[in-house]
Amino acid sequence: MTDRGDVRVPERDPGLQPERTRLAWRRTTLSCTVAAVLAARAALQEGTGAVAVVACALCLLLWLGFLGVAHRRMTDLAATNRPSRLPARAAATAALCTMALAVCATAMVF
Amino acid sequence: MSNFVQSLRLWFAPERIRDEGDTPDYRFSLANERTFLAWLRTALALIGGGFAVDQFLPDLRWGWRIGLALALLAAGVLSSLRAVNHWVRCERAMRRGEDLPVSRFPTVLSLAVAVVALAMVVVVLFGWEG
Repeated sequence: MTDRGDVRVPERDPGLQPERTRLAWRRTTLSCTVAAVLAARAALQEGTGAVAVVACALCLLLWLGFLGVAHRRMTDLAATNRPSRLPARAAATAALCTMALAVCATAMVF
Repeated sequence: MSNFVQSLRLWFAPERIRDEGDTPDYRFSLANERTFLAWLRTALALIGGGFAVDQFLPDLRWGWRIGLALALLAAGVLSSLRAVNHWVRCERAMRRGEDLPVSRFPTVLSLAVAVVALAMVVVVLFGWEG
């Protein structure tokens, strides 16, 4: 974020790169929410048997996992003017959550 | 293919990226991260589309519905795999000062989406009676 006060003038990045990256994470979280809501809807449409509830819970868990990664990264981005690069583990976790959602979807389609 | 295995190893041992080359300007890393996120959104949109086809077109013939949904879901999985792989490879190329990797994936994905869209047109015109 920005530094307040006159003592230390922040070296502002004219491209607002950390800001834009944070917003990109937000957009992605939103996309993930939409996908997760559709997944939950698909799971509960079949009825409220044990399988449906477990599938719904799994989708919720994947969504929370994605949200956790995004939240941590957004906090990191907001903390400094020169954020470090995205940890590879965070990238892999985000992608894995996405893929697991697709696998859940495949199971539910049949 | 060995290139792919190498990048796969890098996904799970991120500290190995740090050993190579110089740290690039943070802005380039952030731009790479945004590209990664854009691919991830593409993947999520495709997966959402797969769910949507399955749920909102119940009158569709079973084969068409399953086929379209699976095509979209498979494209989503491939996109998210590609997102991580491309991100790792770009990161490494920037550290080594090499050219950024190019790939045919965007073309392939565009063609796949075009095929799905055409299939949708055909379905809407002829395939409704279930």
